Amino acid sequence: MYDIAVIGAGITGCSIARELSRYNVRILLIEKNSDVADGTTKANSAIVHAGYDAKPGTLKARFNVPGALMYEKLCSELDVPYKKTGSLVLAFSPEEMKTIQKLYDQGIANGVPDMEIIGKDKVQEIDGNLSDEVVGALYARNAGIVSPWELAIALAENAVENGVELFLDSEVTKIEKMNGLYRLHMGDRLAEARFVINCAGLYSDKVNEMVAAPSFKILPRRGQYNLFDKSLGNFVNTVIFQCPSDFGKGVLIAPTVHGNILIGPDAEDIEDKEAIQTTPEGISYIWEASARSAKGLKPNAVITAFAGIRARSSTDDFVIGESKEAKGFINVAGIESPGLTAAPAIAVHAADIVKGLMGGLEENLGFNPVRRKVVRFMELSQADKNLLIKQDPRYGRIICRCESITEGEIVDAIHRKAGARSLDGVKKRVRPGSGRCQGSFCGPRVMEILARELDIDIKDVVKNSPKSYILTGETKDNSLYEDVHDLAAASGKV
Amino acid sequence: MNEYDIAVIGGGPAGLAAAIEAKKHGGTVLLIDREKELGGILQQCVHNGFGLHIFREELTGTEYAERFIKEFKELGIEYKLDTMALNITEEKVISMVNKTEGFVNIKARAAILAMGCRERTRGAINIPGTRPSGIFTAGTAQRFVNKEGYMVGRNVVILGSGDIGMIMARRLTLEGARIKVVAEALPYPGGLIRNVVQCLEDYGIPLLLNHTIVDIKGKDRIEGVTVAELDENRKPIKGTEQFYECDTLLLSVGLIPENELSKEADVELDPITGGPVVNESMETTVKGVFACGNAVHVHDLVDYVTEESRIAGRNAARFVNGETGGYGPAIRTKPGNGIRYIVPHFIRKDKVEQSVDLFMRVNKIFTNKKLVVKFGDTVIKIIKKSYMRPGEMERICITAESLKTAEDLSLTVDVE
Amino acid sequence: MERNIVTCTICPIGCSLEVIGDSSSDSGYLVKGNRCNRGIGYAIAEVTNPARILTTTVKLNNAILRRLPVRTDKPVPKNLLLDCMKVINSVEVDTPIALGAVIIENILSTGANVISSRTV
Repeated sequence: MYDIAVIGAGITGCSIARELSRYNVRILLIEKNSDVADGTTKANSAIVHAGYDAKPGTLKARFNVPGALMYEKLCSELDVPYKKTGSLVLAFSPEEMKTIQKLYDQGIANGVPDMEIIGKDKVQEIDGNLSDEVVGALYARNAGIVSPWELAIALAENAVENGVELFLDSEVTKIEKMNGLYRLHMGDRLAEARFVINCAGLYSDKVNEMVAAPSFKILPRRGQYNLFDKSLGNFVNTVIFQCPSDFGKGVLIAPTVHGNILIGPDAEDIEDKEAIQTTPEGISYIWEASARSAKGLKPNAVITAFAGIRARSSTDDFVIGESKEAKGFINVAGIESPGLTAAPAIAVHAADIVKGLMGGLEENLGFNPVRRKVVRFMELSQADKNLLIKQDPRYGRIICRCESITEGEIVDAIHRKAGARSLDGVKKRVRPGSGRCQGSFCGPRVMEILARELDIDIKDVVKNSPKSYILTGETKDNSLYEDVHDLAAASGKV
Repeated sequence: MNEYDIAVIGGGPAGLAAAIEAKKHGGTVLLIDREKELGGILQQCVHNGFGLHIFREELTGTEYAERFIKEFKELGIEYKLDTMALNITEEKVISMVNKTEGFVNIKARAAILAMGCRERTRGAINIPGTRPSGIFTAGTAQRFVNKEGYMVGRNVVILGSGDIGMIMARRLTLEGARIKVVAEALPYPGGLIRNVVQCLEDYGIPLLLNHTIVDIKGKDRIEGVTVAELDENRKPIKGTEQFYECDTLLLSVGLIPENELSKEADVELDPITGGPVVNESMETTVKGVFACGNAVHVHDLVDYVTEESRIAGRNAARFVNGETGGYGPAIRTKPGNGIRYIVPHFIRKDKVEQSVDLFMRVNKIFTNKKLVVKFGDTVIKIIKKSYMRPGEMERICITAESLKTAEDLSLTVDVE
Repeated sequence: MERNIVTCTICPIGCSLEVIGDSSSDSGYLVKGNRCNRGIGYAIAEVTNPARILTTTVKLNNAILRRLPVRTDKPVPKNLLLDCMKVINSVEVDTPIALGAVIIENILSTGANVISSRTV
């Protein structure tokens, strides 16, 4: 029996679970996939927005600025990569200068600090590779970049360390409203909680409809991206936006915290919430559109492409609050941009809602906001590197050539709370597979380590979901030969 | 900080041959490799076709490796395994790390870059679709199958008819998998004809030229791919799409020299090969830093790797012995009509003893043409070639004699 | 009339050779499409007795290296390759093994031995 069940371990759910772990309440964090941060949280622009973009008066505006201001401390406590790069919204015409003026005004109304409208020369000073056709820009110093999945994972780890229970591979399929509590069905598993917080992202409408009549619909909107090799890492130093249009914030060019360059996203309204494939049209569009901001990116420097689906609400804003029909059921839905930025502030607000509903919350005196530091081997001094290797020789074996990640770091990522259990789990936490070889060198080695550390057969190591097997069996398997067609017939006879 | 005369980075065929040659010329040699055994990529090559030129025998990759490893060990050359080189400076200070010694720096008087090459990935060619499991580069699949003994799939589609892709088509078929099709974007096979016959035709595996994969389907594990025909501009032709059900996709879409260390050492790279610019002695633009093998340009025959690496090893030793005298005028080799690149990029006339070999690749198929070698406008050599293809490297031997007569400082090779 | 198409692998050109049954010739075949004479012998051999060296691996009882690379020391008939694989697959060997050691003698009576391609 739990006090609170949080459905969905994306950035929203993890933020709320961690925030609530400050108090003496029994919390269950439920995730349908095999790892936290497996949905849109791992496939977005990774931007901490300054906050001029949201319409004043909306929940998006209300939570963007305070959320952004919490990032520095949060990422320091949780040891998550974050950089305040600043952002530029480029204007290419007098018309667009008017647009960015509007954004500036909106920013003032939203309480965004440290913004100014700058001219072409200052723009070129800030980022020299930008197009000559830039006329001016809105410069917001408070914008930044973060690793969204690492943040969600760190929040989950910290939450679990502070007493939160995490269920993975547990899709909530039915919720029974009982007297003063909710009974959640997750396949064969059941759990009961007094309060439920719905952070189910793309499926938050479906989860809401398990307890109430539809009050909002999630309208999936896909965005595609291309990620570039680190050798282009200095192509831009700030987050480069284009003027917003009806479809969204425009296509951006941004550095990532890991030293890559990202372009995207486009904005495509789709039906299928599972349609995370990239398309030729989408990729083509982001190339064309981003070239307007800066030329010089070459196709042969792309290391990967991906798509994320925004959980856009039919209400065009965040949906945050207790359900009118279902007492004790709190929706935190429609968390599309600036959802990542707003997450820390939304979490505080959600805790306030719970406080209100529970008539107060007792502090958890054992709460530790700090996550044990992640060893980043290559960032250590030579002396520290050697000390570490003496203590644990596994730090002396480089597994990931592209990012220089050691076996020790991978082993640690597996054994932490909410740790890695799959190839992608390792990739999200410590990077092997994210680099230019995209796992072709490190893959077999990481699988070996996973098998050893999780005490499973290497053939049972998966990429992410339970069905994403990698190896199909052993060689020397004579049972396979019935399928192979006759050689004699195959070769050359006419 | 330990010091050596010559440090060799990489213990595959290139590093082994270079180290052996360097050691024979005297001096202290250290070889480091990131694997747990010597031999590099050869240790996962169970197929034959290695050594036709060097040994006049057809050996498997492992047999070829063993010959060199034997000689290497007999010479008592110092080496470290399971050791990753992380950095090399222009002063040839090399940082490396392993479990037993930790993070160490060594200083070498000459360094030989022999890191081999890396495979091009799905991301690099931007194949649209989902990102399920079951997509492997051919080399990674080869490692699983041959070294570890695991099967990677049952119903396989292969993109790219490079040698590794074709070799794996045969290998997987022999282990009981079914290869449904090999798609190749170019109008001709990427690898050796011998492999087209012995890996594809022998097993009735269809080869679709002018085709590529335009979509990947599958949520958890790959479920199939859509293959489409390409027009003259290499763009997919609408209406030619065909869906192939499969549970595995192997990518054999190109190899790129490993150049991370080369970049650290600040050597100039050739944008066409992806590897360092080198002279006739296999020396890079940084004095005393040499390079050889796939780290310079991707080879088809390991025999050429061995030859090239011996040159590097020999000259690294000479460099250390101070025999570098005479950096006379350097001739620049220029790829002319029909030639994609030429290695070496520079030839110092006075450093050539008897002859120098030019290695090059053509940029498309040529039939009944000539390779014409010129200094400026003066033709110094013509070789008639009834057939040339990009997948098979060409070699032209230029004698020191003919170099002596060269007035011009640029040597071009054209297909005429 | 027997007619086969064979791709020659003697040189990079890869001539497409037509091999036609011809009782009047010594070899019993007529070869067309070859640019040189080397192709003739190759083509006839490919039709009368196509054979290949088989290279593969065999199970090795060794914690570090689970498979031993092996090969046949002579070409074996093409139509026996998969059957040879089945025989090789049922064998397990122990270390130490020397390069060239015979793992299976005279596999499927082809006259070819399966030998080790490396020392372990």
